[in-house]
Amino acid sequence: MSTETDRIEQIATQEYKYGFVTEVDTDVAPPGLNEDVIRMLSAKKNEPEFMLEWRLKAYRHWLTMVEPTWANVHYPAIDYQAIRYYAAPRMKPKGPDSLDEVDKEILRTYEKLGISLEEQKRLTGVAVDAVFDSVSVATTFKDKLAGLGIIFCSFSEAVQQHPELIKKYLGSVVPYSDNFFATLNSAVFSDGSFCYIPKGVRCPMELSTYFRINTADVGQFERTLIVAEEGSYVSYLEGCTAPIRDTNQLHAAVVELVALDDATIKYSTVQNWYPGDKEGRGGIYNFVTKRGKCVGARSKISWTQVETGSAITWKYPGCILQGDDSIGEFYSVAVVNNLQQADTGTKMIHIGKNTRSTIVSKGISAGRGQNSYRGLVKILKKASGARNYSQCDSLLIGDKCGAHTFPYLEVSNSSSQVEHEASTSKISDDQLFYCRQRGIKSEDAVNMIVNGYCKEVFKQLPMEFAVEAQKLLGVSLEGSVG
Amino acid sequence: MAEIAERTGSFLEGFDAFLRSAASRSPERLQAMRRSAIDRLASTGFPSKRDEEWKYTNISPVLERVFAPVITSQGNGVARRDVDRFTFGAVAWHTLVFIDGHFSRELSTLHPLHDGVIIGSLAETIDRQFEAIEPYLARVTPHDTDAFTALNTAFLRDGGFVFVPDAVAIESPVHLLYVATGGTGAHMVHPRNLIVARENSAVTVVESFVRISDGVCFTNPVTEIVMGPHASVEHYKLQDESPDAYHVGSIHSRQGRDSVYTSICVSLGAALSRHNIVSTLDGKGAECTLNGLFTATGTRHVDVHTTIDHLQPNCSSREVYKGILDGRSHGVFNGKIIVRPDAQKSDARQTNKNLLLDGRARINTKPQLEIFANDVKCTHGATVGRLEAESLFYMRSRGIGEQTARAILTKAFASEIVDFIKPDPIRAHLDSVLHEQIEHMGEAMIPGGA
Repeated sequence: MSTETDRIEQIATQEYKYGFVTEVDTDVAPPGLNEDVIRMLSAKKNEPEFMLEWRLKAYRHWLTMVEPTWANVHYPAIDYQAIRYYAAPRMKPKGPDSLDEVDKEILRTYEKLGISLEEQKRLTGVAVDAVFDSVSVATTFKDKLAGLGIIFCSFSEAVQQHPELIKKYLGSVVPYSDNFFATLNSAVFSDGSFCYIPKGVRCPMELSTYFRINTADVGQFERTLIVAEEGSYVSYLEGCTAPIRDTNQLHAAVVELVALDDATIKYSTVQNWYPGDKEGRGGIYNFVTKRGKCVGARSKISWTQVETGSAITWKYPGCILQGDDSIGEFYSVAVVNNLQQADTGTKMIHIGKNTRSTIVSKGISAGRGQNSYRGLVKILKKASGARNYSQCDSLLIGDKCGAHTFPYLEVSNSSSQVEHEASTSKISDDQLFYCRQRGIKSEDAVNMIVNGYCKEVFKQLPMEFAVEAQKLLGVSLEGSVG
Repeated sequence: MAEIAERTGSFLEGFDAFLRSAASRSPERLQAMRRSAIDRLASTGFPSKRDEEWKYTNISPVLERVFAPVITSQGNGVARRDVDRFTFGAVAWHTLVFIDGHFSRELSTLHPLHDGVIIGSLAETIDRQFEAIEPYLARVTPHDTDAFTALNTAFLRDGGFVFVPDAVAIESPVHLLYVATGGTGAHMVHPRNLIVARENSAVTVVESFVRISDGVCFTNPVTEIVMGPHASVEHYKLQDESPDAYHVGSIHSRQGRDSVYTSICVSLGAALSRHNIVSTLDGKGAECTLNGLFTATGTRHVDVHTTIDHLQPNCSSREVYKGILDGRSHGVFNGKIIVRPDAQKSDARQTNKNLLLDGRARINTKPQLEIFANDVKCTHGATVGRLEAESLFYMRSRGIGEQTARAILTKAFASEIVDFIKPDPIRAHLDSVLHEQIEHMGEAMIPGGA
């Protein structure tokens, strides 16, 4: 046993794989936030007037807001004036037209992360938009997608080229006044992805954005907007990493999804921001607002998330089920280890008739991590025939971690049916014994059991991501058994 | 400050008069406790909907009214036959009758007791042997637990006191019967019950809140239950107050090693009722069961908040709460289970099921788990729905009228809780009360119904 413990300890001290810093020439804004910074930001991006006004409106509103404290997470107060609100790798004034124009260092970074943009050119299957600090550096497969009428580009580009779409949908799901972090994002968002699927088109490949924070003290505020027109389908993936630093960095993103009649949007996230070291130093504060609106009848929005990184996660991807017969889904695996904290869950707001929602949340707590599930299922008066099923399970590994559930069920319609189930337990000794007896090492056995426990969520992920998520889970939990 | 003043209602005003009236008869420690309680209330005020614990329950109707404290009660001309119908016909029970919050010796039935057992009025015990009470009073429920407890402590005077010494089992249940006469105008009562069960003892206590005639009143009871090692306590609370009444009550229990506690709370009446039930498992191997049923019709509001706190290892808890809501009523359930870092091998199960019989009824439920230990088994579940169409169809196809079929299914839903009740007289009583209430439920749902 002792040699095994040693080995486990070795693995436990293994560092975060993606913690390197890329040396690129970067254009950064001085720390601090005021209207001039926002004007500068907007000017740098050469934004039309309406964008700047929207940002300023959000900023002025933000000044009147107070930071929320209700989440079950603890962190020292954030100094919003110490954050840099803009950082971009220096490049030609115009965005890169092809990969050849992208800084070689950046391309190498993405290769190290396992996302070879070069290779993407040859392999079909996934179109990637890579976001480095505040700007999108490359988008692959643009032309092929354009042939189908699909718009997939960086947010800044969309503001330039499709202002009418941005004007129509920006803030339609998450208004600029939504919450403290979303409002801050509305004021200072830097870049992100924009995706538009025209009527009746089924997007032939997975669309993907890879976010990378590189510069120190910079806050990453990306904004993603996906609009799926009538009868269209899109599957979208998102991944994130950051270098190791001993200071905390803020990441406050906003994601808006709009699904019109019969449209389906599938949104998958594998979040692996730097979680901080064993003593809880450093790491990303991941305060994200994600929301989808099923505007049309029979539309469907499905969220799948695997949350293994970040020092603190504060995230509630939700669905507003406005169209009749619309469907909302939420599948989540959230892992906390060492001193990580996660307060995550979902909101399902049933407005239309016969709307359905499913929530499956699997929380895993190890080390001294604290994991909370916080969910709201709200059935409004007119949502007759609404149906919800929620299941949230927690797995505890080690005796110093915590698992908490705060499900809110608000039902104002008697023809609806709402069910919620939750359980908390540790890995049973019987299961472990069974595996050990068959010659499986305890570390592997735990890995197997945990993967089995998460299977329900992993099977919702696109194949490449599912493999990555399984590996990631193994790495995140390494050293937590012994 | 103005806001706090708004949120203390008229409650501070009655306090001075009360203190003067009770002062001559109370020990100094109790007076000091009352004063700190009123100070706490004056400084914090009552909760508003901004407080997480009161998010769905608006207590403004209570704060907007003026309720007079009932300082003395002459029994208001209540005769024995008026209260007999509330005693479940259980003549062998120890029955303490309180008229508008004041103990009435004439109407009560007390049987001979084992040496050392005390069953009596708290007020009388305070006057005669305060030392018997002092080690226990306000220990499980300190005056600053919450605003309504502070209010109760400030006006603390009468209630039931049950003391069971080591190794004594009281066979007949103790019934604390609170009768509102409805004849004194808008008034408030703050009953305080203290139940002490020492090592290896056993007792059953029944609290019931009933009315002779309808009237506006505010009942704010607090019950403290202190249990020693291996003690066994069964506690029943039945709330069937006037449709104009407000009821905000708490039951707090603290258990010793290997003790067994059962609480069943049934809430049927009042315009607004709120029950806080807090059970602390403070000894290895303790077990607790919290079960309950709430029904509401019309525009009533009912709110149940339970907390089970696993402080020590090897404890188990079971909880089943059911709600039946009709008309435009609003139900709230919040069940919290906390497992502290040392409480390994905790086993907790909680279920909340709600039935909405009318399209206008609402329910907010929030089962909550806060787990800080790893070797635990905790589950909770919550459901909201209406009567199953298949079940209704099954009965209809066998010639049972829709209204009858609904009533049968609704009663069956409630019977899971009623069946937990051990004393036959209470079960029989509840059966008939529920039968009558359920008969008239869901009528608006049936086309052509009344």
